[in-house]
This record gives sequence, C-alpha cells and structure tokens, in this order.
Amino acid sequence: MNRKFKQFIIGITAATALACANASQATDITGAGATFPYPIYAKWAEAYKAQTGVGLNYQSIGSGGGIKQITARTVDFGASDMPMKPEELDKGGLMQFPAVIGGVVLVVNIAGVEAGRLKLDGKTLADIFLGKITKWNDKDIVSLNPDVKLPGENITVVHRSDGSGTSFIFTNYLSKVSPDWKSAVGEGTAVSWKTGMGGKGNEGVASYVQRIKNSIGYVEYAYALQNKMNYVQLKNREGQFVKPDDNSFKAAAANASWEKAPGFYELLTDEPGKESWPITGATFILMHKVQEKPETAKAALKFFDWAFTSGGKMAADLDYVPLPEKLQQLIRAAWKDHIKDTGGKALWK
Amino acid sequence: MPTFLHEARLKHQNWLDILFRNVTRLSAFAVLALLVAIIASLLMGSLPAIKAFGSHFLVSAEWNPVSEQFGALVPIIGTLVTSCIALLIAIPVSFGIALFLTELSPRWLRRPLGIAIELLAGIPSIIYGMWGLFVFAPLFGDHIEPWITRLLGDQPLIGPLFSGPPMGIGVLTAGIILAIMVIPFIASVMRDVFEIVPTLLKESAYGLGATTWEVVWGVVVPYTRIGMVGGIMLGLGRALGETMAVTFVIGNAHELSASLLMPGNSISSALANEFNEAVGELYTSALVELGLILFFITFVVLSLARLMLHRLGRREGQAV
Repeated sequence: MNRKFKQFIIGITAATALACANASQATDITGAGATFPYPIYAKWAEAYKAQTGVGLNYQSIGSGGGIKQITARTVDFGASDMPMKPEELDKGGLMQFPAVIGGVVLVVNIAGVEAGRLKLDGKTLADIFLGKITKWNDKDIVSLNPDVKLPGENITVVHRSDGSGTSFIFTNYLSKVSPDWKSAVGEGTAVSWKTGMGGKGNEGVASYVQRIKNSIGYVEYAYALQNKMNYVQLKNREGQFVKPDDNSFKAAAANASWEKAPGFYELLTDEPGKESWPITGATFILMHKVQEKPETAKAALKFFDWAFTSGGKMAADLDYVPLPEKLQQLIRAAWKDHIKDTGGKALWK
Repeated sequence: MPTFLHEARLKHQNWLDILFRNVTRLSAFAVLALLVAIIASLLMGSLPAIKAFGSHFLVSAEWNPVSEQFGALVPIIGTLVTSCIALLIAIPVSFGIALFLTELSPRWLRRPLGIAIELLAGIPSIIYGMWGLFVFAPLFGDHIEPWITRLLGDQPLIGPLFSGPPMGIGVLTAGIILAIMVIPFIASVMRDVFEIVPTLLKESAYGLGATTWEVVWGVVVPYTRIGMVGGIMLGLGRALGETMAVTFVIGNAHELSASLLMPGNSISSALANEFNEAVGELYTSALVELGLILFFITFVVLSLARLMLHRLGRREGQAV
C-alpha cells in the first residue's frame, strides 16, 4: 500500500515536470500592466493562439504595476495608459508605442435630462470637479444648455479612488483647458481631488453615478456604453460640441502629430479638429530596447503586428479605436530602429 | 531483564519528549519571529515617508500624490469613527441576541437561530460590500438619510454630524455595514459565555425571588464580563481591519468632513485602492506607513483590552 502510494506520487511529480517543460518550450509571450486594454488584449490573444499556436499571458495588474514589471524584466512587455516621458524611457532603456485608442466619457445622473443632452465645456467641467460650481442650475451650466431644464440640486462628483490611466487622461485634459485646475490639482494617475467621492475602477465609478442622484463622473467609453449611461457632450478645441463615439475618437487620433512626438509621447487630449473628442487617449506598450531573449521579443512584435493588421475589427467590436494606418507604419519603423538584440542587430525587418 | 527493557523504552520516550517539546517551541517562536519580521519590514518600507513627513504625517489631512504631500489624518479618523459606529450599534444588538438565545428563547428556536448567526459570520466581506452598495446604500440614501438630516441636522452640537446631501454612501453607511458584519462575531461569543454560567447560580437567584432581569444583571453579566469584553474586542479587531466592504460604501475621499453622511476613507480601504498603482518611492512608502499605523492601532486596542481584563479580574478578587 505504502509502496503503491510512493509510486503514485513519483508518477504525478514526473508528469507535472514533463508538462511544465513542455509548456515552457513554446514561446509564450508574457505581458503585464494596464487594466483598460485588457479585454482587447485578451481577445487578440485568443484569436492569435487559434491561428498561430503562440499564446499571450497578459496580467492586468494596473499601469503602475506594468511599468514596475517591465523595469524588473519579469515580462516581455509592459502596458501603461500613461505614456512614459522620453527621458524616463531612456533611463530605463525602454521604448514605447501605442496599441489601441479609447475615449474617456463623462456620465451624469440627473432626473429629467436625457442621454447626450447635457453640454459642457472644459472650463465648466474643471470648475465642477474643483468644487467651484456646486449646483446643476449654476449660470455657467445653464448658459451652455439654454434648452435643458436643470434642477437646483447639489452636484456630486465621482472620481476614481485607485490610481488609473483613465484619471491621468482626464486630469491631463483638465490641466490643458483650465489654468486653475493645473495649479490647484495638476495631472497624474492619482491626484488630490478637491471634492466628491471615489469609486474603485471604472465599474465603481459607473455604479456610484448610477446610484447617486445628481452625480457626474468619468469612465472609459466602453463602460458608459455597456451600462447605457447618460453621457455628456463636450465642446472641443474648435468650439464644436461633439458626442463621444468611434468617429470623434478617430478624429482625435488622426489629428495628433505622432511624427513629431519623440518616443510616441503624445497625449490625445484637446486635439485640434472639428470632430475631435477632447478626452481621447492611447494605451501604450513598453519594451526593452536591448533584448536578452530575442526570440520572445520577436514573437511579441509579431503579435502586435498581427493585431494592428488583422485585429482592427475585434477592437472596434469592443468599442476601442484601432490605430490609424499612418501611425502603424510609424510604429513598425520605430521597432526597426530601436529594438535590438544584445549584438545590436535589429529584431524587426 | 525486564527493568532494562523498561529503561530503554523510557530513554526512547524521553528522546521523543525532547523532540516534541522543541518542535512546539519552534512553532511558538516562529509566530514571534514572523511578528518581528512584519514590524521590521513595515518600518523599513515606511522609512522614507517617516523621514520626509515626521510626526506631521499623523496630523495632516493633505493627501496629494501629484506634489507628493501625504498625511494620514483622514484615513485614521475614518478607521476609528467607522469602528466606533459599528461597536455602538453592534454591542447592544449582540447583547440582546445572546441574551434572547440563552435565557428567553423557547428551546426549539435556539438551534436554528444560533446556526443562522454562525452562517452570517461566514459570509465573505465582499458580499457585505456589494449588498451594501447595491441594496443598502440606495435605500439608506433615499429613505433614511433625509429623515436623519431632518431630525438631527439642525440640533445644536450634533447637527453638523448629520448634515449634507443624502447620497447613501459615506462614513455612517460604512459604520452600519461594519456593525452588521461584526454582530455575528460578538453575538456568538456572548452566547457561548452566557451558556457557561452555572445553572446552580441562576437557579439560586431565581430561588431567592429574583426576576429574569435581576438574574441577567446580577448574575449572568458579572459572571461573564471578561468573556464579553473578549467578544467585543474580537469584533473591534475585525472592524478596524475590514477592507473590501468598507471600500465599497465609504466613498473613498481623502477629505475631512464633520458630517458622517459625507464620504471619507479608512486606512485599509486607502491601501486597497491605491497600493497597486502607487508610483514613486514616497507614495508607496506613505501607504506602507498607513499600514504601520493600522498595526499600531490594533496593537494598542488589544493591549487596552488586556489591561481592562486584568483590572476587572483584580477587582473581582478584592470584592466580596
């Protein structure tokens, strides 16, 4: 009996060891970081695995975590919603490129106001989030919405309680359009909010806004869409009121000047263009410039190349905006220029 | 040679005894070593924040990741206030539950009620959090908070505690959810200690003509005081450290507000929210220092409880 049990244990151990060895033989790509693009990375990974047999193991641990992991070289690529500044990239020996584009949408819960009816501009929005405008029938809001009946109720501001790339894109926009916001709060994945309450994650903000009357919050476009939330129109740089949708995000991405941005450090907020949605943002991939494991790096680049060429529809299905063709070319050129093996040979041809 | 055999066996057993004693000693010391290691790593992790802010960290309400200015006042107050609210509600309710179960309830009802309370204790905290956010907070915000504000909002002294827009989410909601979570713990401990009161004592009191009320206050409560304090401390310990349920309903705002209806923050929910995405040494270190403070608060609470039990025990010895 005892002996049989021993044999059984040995057998199990051997089988597990074999299975592990097999798994590590296939060049699976590992990545970690931002939560916002996780659904599309997961979908791409599934489709790519079905086509090529190469798997992607992506852990959505947050942008900050993604930067930490890629710096520690525990993953093949990191992902962050907040691009790293060119000097930070140089310090870490990293290069970055955008992977997919999304929009940040303002959602409100005001009785009697239909979806998409409320219009705001950047300064008014900043004043609401600064706590300077406290009632929905404030004259600044009313003058932008002469045809909407607004209640004289207190505004409840909802923001993110966790650090987040979404907050970074949003505060970056507010800093661009409101000098008051820039000096009082500034931009970052986590900031010192002046008013309101914090929800954890996009879903936390969405459920707070749905449950608290007379509230306003910001979420990723997909969350607003899936929860059928009441979105707000925003006045963009050209003075036009735009709705958040694929077209206005695409317009913002197309009007960005990626060529002139070193290390693709480009924030798509407050972009020019009549149709541009003002709070658009890309999510970024970080990779080491010098690759000690050229094979897996090559596999990762192949994956993103495939995702750009054939993953556009999948991205659109999940309410992300695929990168414009011109930008894809720029990224491939950057791979060629920057990602090398230890001998200095370019990995992408 | 029976004696010889006997000695050999004794020797063998002696050796086993030594081995066993050392293994148990090692396990006991491992706990101590772990405790010291945790304190040491918390101290080391929070060193940059301690250096940068000093004691100012404890009294500053500023929490600004952009300018890297951090203060722990808001989460400390949030943790203490929510736990206080929880105990204020939970102690009388638990006392009532335990008393009913042991002294007043008909025999057939005791088991189902007791099991129901133990089941409540087993529900994961995130369920309480979700129930709090989706069910309790809307009801509380729509129906109870406006009423509280109307009733108490204009009173002198306590008025500011109960004013503000009814949002259903805030410090008071977090305290009530915590109360619901700790009631099963306190109630089941209290029930257990009430049960060990010797029937002889109670019967004697009844025999002397005491009413149920007099038996409870004159016999049951004095006899079980230490156990009751223990149960309350167990509940307090859970309330202080509770994370997910509080995060859902407290509102997670680093703002100091006099009103209990406004959003606040607690130490554990600040950690849960921000640790993942904290960038920069000082930010991470400030969060670790928050953890150290929570550790310290729990330590102080436990020591106070010990002290109280000690003094209670001494007084009992001197009286009578």
